[in-house]
Parts: sequence; C-alpha cells; structure tokens
Amino acid sequence: MSRIHEAFEHGKAFIPFITCGDPDLATTEACVREAVKNGADLIELGIPFSDPTAEGPVIQGANMRALAGGVTTDRIFEFVERLRRDVTIPLVFMTYANVVFSYGSERFIERCRQVGIDGLILPDVPFEEKEEFAVYCRQYDVDLISLIAPTSENRIAMIAREAAGFLYIVSSLGVTGERSEIRTDLGAIIEVVRKNTEVPCAIGFGISTPEQAKKMAGLADGVIVGSAVVRYLEKYGTQAAAPIGEYVRSMKQAAAEA
Amino acid sequence: MQSGKWNNNRQIGMTDGNCCDRRTERERQEQLQERRQDMADTDGRFGVHGGRYIPETLMNAVIELEEAYEHYKADPDFNRELTELFNEYAGRPSRLYYAKKLTEALGGAKIYLKREDLNHTGAHKINNVLGQALLAKKMGKTRLIAETGAGQHGVATATAAALMGMECVVFMGEEDTKRQALNVYRMRLLGASVVPVKTGTATLKDAVSEAMREWTKRISDTHYCLGSVMGPHPFPTIVRDFQAVISRETREQILEKEGRLPDVVMACVGGGSNAIGSFYHFIGDPGVRLIGCEAAGRGIDTFETAATISTGRLGIFHGMKSYFCQDEFGQIAPVYSISAGLDYPGVGPEHAYLHDIGRAEYVAVTDEEAVCAFEYLAKTEGIIPAIESAHAVAYAMKLAPKMGKDQLMAVTISGRGDKDCAAIARYRGEDIHE
Repeated sequence: MSRIHEAFEHGKAFIPFITCGDPDLATTEACVREAVKNGADLIELGIPFSDPTAEGPVIQGANMRALAGGVTTDRIFEFVERLRRDVTIPLVFMTYANVVFSYGSERFIERCRQVGIDGLILPDVPFEEKEEFAVYCRQYDVDLISLIAPTSENRIAMIAREAAGFLYIVSSLGVTGERSEIRTDLGAIIEVVRKNTEVPCAIGFGISTPEQAKKMAGLADGVIVGSAVVRYLEKYGTQAAAPIGEYVRSMKQAAAEA
Repeated sequence: MQSGKWNNNRQIGMTDGNCCDRRTERERQEQLQERRQDMADTDGRFGVHGGRYIPETLMNAVIELEEAYEHYKADPDFNRELTELFNEYAGRPSRLYYAKKLTEALGGAKIYLKREDLNHTGAHKINNVLGQALLAKKMGKTRLIAETGAGQHGVATATAAALMGMECVVFMGEEDTKRQALNVYRMRLLGASVVPVKTGTATLKDAVSEAMREWTKRISDTHYCLGSVMGPHPFPTIVRDFQAVISRETREQILEKEGRLPDVVMACVGGGSNAIGSFYHFIGDPGVRLIGCEAAGRGIDTFETAATISTGRLGIFHGMKSYFCQDEFGQIAPVYSISAGLDYPGVGPEHAYLHDIGRAEYVAVTDEEAVCAFEYLAKTEGIIPAIESAHAVAYAMKLAPKMGKDQLMAVTISGRGDKDCAAIARYRGEDIHE
C-alpha cells in the first residue's frame, strides 16, 4: 500500500499541482517546500509533455516553459530523490502515457517506487487501456489513479471498483483551467462512487477560489488545484514560491472548513 | 462489451451488382472478412497498434460513435444514401486512367493513375467526410469540428457541413493559416469558422490536439470529424472503411481493363487515409505489392523529416499506439515536409501493423524528389498532382523503369495540385502572388 491514504487523514485534503521544471527545478523545489509548509496534503508533480491534450492554456504554458528549460524525465526522478530526503507527504506524478511508455513502463514505474513516488495519474489512459500500466503499478506498489468525468455515467461503478490511491473526479467538461462556475451534479457522481469503493475521492478541474474549495471539499474528500497554482509561476517565475505558499494556506483553510 | 462487431460482411457504400466475377469475388470477400477478424479485435487493435488512449471525458462519446457506426454500416438506407452522395455529389467513381505517355517515358511497368484529384473539393478527403457527416447527422449531431493541415480536410468538412446544414468549426495551425490563406477563405465561404491554433508548433499536430480539447468541452451536439486513419478506435476503422471505396473501384476497373490485378499499388502516407483506402481491397492478394510513400522532407538523416515509419518508434499519442517521431524521453518531435498534408509526426495504426507483418512496404521520398515528380507529371500527362500525391509519383518514377513492360502499377493521385502552385514556385525561387 502506498502512503496516499495518509493525505486524507488530516481533514479534507488540499492537493496542489506543479509542473516539474517550470521554469527550472530549483523553483519547483522551493514551491513544493512552501506548499508542504502551508498545509498541502499531497502534491501532484507534472512531468511535462510536448503535447498535453487534456490541458488548458495555463498548464500548456507550464509544459512549454519546463521543456524549454531543458528538464527531462531522468532529471525529474533525481529531483524527487532529493526532495524525499525530508519531504514526507505523498507525492504523485501526473503525465501522459507516452512519457511513461517511451521510458519503458516497467522501468518508469520501478523508478517511481525507488525515488518515493506514491501514485501515477495518466489523463490519456482510460479504464480500458490501464492494464498495461496497472500490472507494473501493482508490482511496485505505485497507485494508478483513475479519473471519473461528468460524462462517465454508466462507467462510474466499473471505474470505482478498481480504484487505487484516490479517485480523481473531473468537475466539468473540457480541459484543465479555472472556471467561474461548476454545474456538474457532483453529488450524484460521488454517491455512486461511495457505493462501489472505500478509496477517497478528490475533485479537480476548474477550482481556483477558497469559496469553490470549500464547496467542493464539502462534497468529496479533497480538492485538486492546478491552473490557479501554475498562474503564480506564469506571473512570478522563479519568485513564485512565497505567493504559492500563501495561496496553499488559504485554500487548505477553506477546504478544512467544509 | 462490443462482441460480434466484425461479423458483419456488408461494406460501407456498397450496393449490389458491381462485382465482375461473383464466385471469386465472394471467396475474396470471405478472405477479407477473416482478415478483418484477425486484424482488429474488439478494442480496435491492429497487432499492438491502435487502442483508445483518450481522456475519460471522451470515452462514452467514442463508444457511442462505435455503436452507431456498427449499426449504420449494416443499414441499407445509410449505404444507399452514402452511395448516392458519392456518385451524384462527389463525382464517383473516380477514373482509373492509363498514363500512356508517363508509361512510355519511364519505359517499364504500365502505369495507371487512380484519379482521386477529380473528386468534388479536389481530393480523397471528401470520401471520409461525407461518410462521417452522414453518420453524425443520423446520430443527431448538429455540429462538426475538424482539424486541418493544408486545408483540404477542412474544406471537405466545411463542404459536407454546408450540404447537410450543420455548423462547422475547423482548427488549423496558425502557421498553416498563413501558408494556405486561400483554403481559409474557402472554408469561411462555405460557412465554417476557422480557429487559428497558436499552441506548440502551430501546425497539424497542434490542430489535432486543439480539436480534441474542443471535443471534450462540447460533446452532446458535436461530432469530431477526424481526417485520417488515426486517433482513438473507432476512427482508424471508420475512416478506412469510407476510404476503401478507392481500392474497391481500382480493383474492378483494372480487372475490367486488364483482366488481372496490378503488380504494385502505391500511394502517399501522412496519417495514411488515401493509402489505406488504396490498399484495403488488395491486402488479401499476396501478389499485389503495396507501397506507401512517406515524406522524408530534407532527408531521413536530417531532423527536418516527417517519415514516421523510417525514423519513428513505437509510442502513444493522439489516442493511439503506433509509430511516432519522438525524442528519447517520448516528447513528440517537430516534423517537417514541404507538404503540409504529410507534415504529421505519426502514422495510422493499421499502417504500423502492415509494416510490422511485412504486408506493405514504406519508402521515404524527399521534398526535392516530390517537387520533380510534381513538375514531371504536369509536363508528361497534363495532370498537376497535389504535392502529397507527388510523393507517390516520385517513387513510381523510380520503380517503374525497373519493372517489366507486362507489369501493372496503380498509383493513387490523392488530390489536385492547384493549392500547391505558389509553394512550389517559391521552392523554385519564383515569388508569385495568389
């Protein structure tokens, strides 16, 4: 068992997302440490991909900045190894299937285990295609985290029954990015999830304000925020750690109030 | 979940009475059917290739599409309507033209040209688009979205949308909107809106990514009309079936003219839709060599190439497992070809499979060779091919002289070359304004 369950043991979880190497790994390291210090329960670390088809413009920009900065999968593994000397909260990778596949799926997932990565989110790998990765995830104790979308309907129970780590509930149609309003009936989706699994669920896509965090945390076990965090990197670059820390604190507080 | 999908022996767009020899034709159909069952199992695999690597948000949409397609491909009314659109609107069947002067000039194999350039909108793209638009309409969709490189697929989609009274949005790399301003105007004239894509390299692969993103935003009324035999299952199968009309006709036409099958069938390959359409009804005939011509750009030993099978390796991108041009960490490589229609870093999964099993050969043709062929065909036959198709003509010019005069070659001219004249003039150092 990975340590992901620990993230959900301190009230509602707050999960920020940061792209590794945006704009360089030293900045990523500073941001991760600030986020941990300010109450992040789990951190989603993005490995950049040249063509991130599930991302909106903000996270696309992070991917491009990171690749332009010269970050590679190998350097990211070394970076996580360094982080793990003192960062103890659960860490998961978010990347695209080809990054894992081209590295050699087994080699990649074994390396995750070695450096202390607890889970893997692959937004372009749906239920039907997950086995080629899941087989190694089980072998090396890395949770392959499944996503459930507003369009999943008859697929929710099937996905929930095989869930590992936590379930990523996609709040809205479309790609990642802040939204002023989330209209999906998430309560109904989570009800089906709860009937089929004990694995905690966190809501992501479109969440940026403390009000939204509180509302979403009221429905689920945690909230995931990507684009709103990456905005600080877009704006402050290498100086983003302090404002990200402050933001994480306000969001964790809001989630905890739910 | 989708058992029995390959048990249907009807073919898209086929009505009764166009086989020349019913007994052997039936045997051939049975063989083809067996092959189909071998090749694509229920999750849309061609060997290790294919599959559906897409966000969960789109899964029910592609499953709905697959179910609708399985239903309509067996529906006589659907097939009748599609055949009528093919024949009355698109101008099918396209000619199989004996290129006498080209044959004599090269001094080898007898060369036939399959004239997809004579279709309405000037390319093979219309075959797929009419099929998908009709299918989308039957599914109750009112809006078509599409990606386009040079603009041919965008123009074809805008055309079908105009004909069928559907809304149409085309995603096109910003670079390509500048290079192909005329096609942007054509699409707008046809009532479509064109969205310039500024992300990534601002070319075809980014247009595909953006169309996929748009589809995840708006699914219920929208069909993504993918332009090639790529993307997640069932697209590679659907697009192939609609393009297979090419080889069905070639086969009948050459049997009628020559009383036998060709020795070589040749077509250009980007994603690979005109090539798979040209190959499909010959795959079960081991005596027919199938040759796909990829774009080598400035050469397969340079970084400025788009020859996926020659230079790529196995990967997962745009919904499918197949061969892709990529770096050692799986980042998709920027590709280059003089031909915007072949300027794509991947290839359709069925081609990857035909390559693996050795059933089809894939060769790389450089910009320079393609431009020479473009000019040569214009001068010898009075036919200006699309620069994409000129890649196939270029390899025909190499191969035909090595073949016997009693041998037959069928080369698919996938589109007409008017769109390319300004670019080729520029390549030759002449600046003309459209």
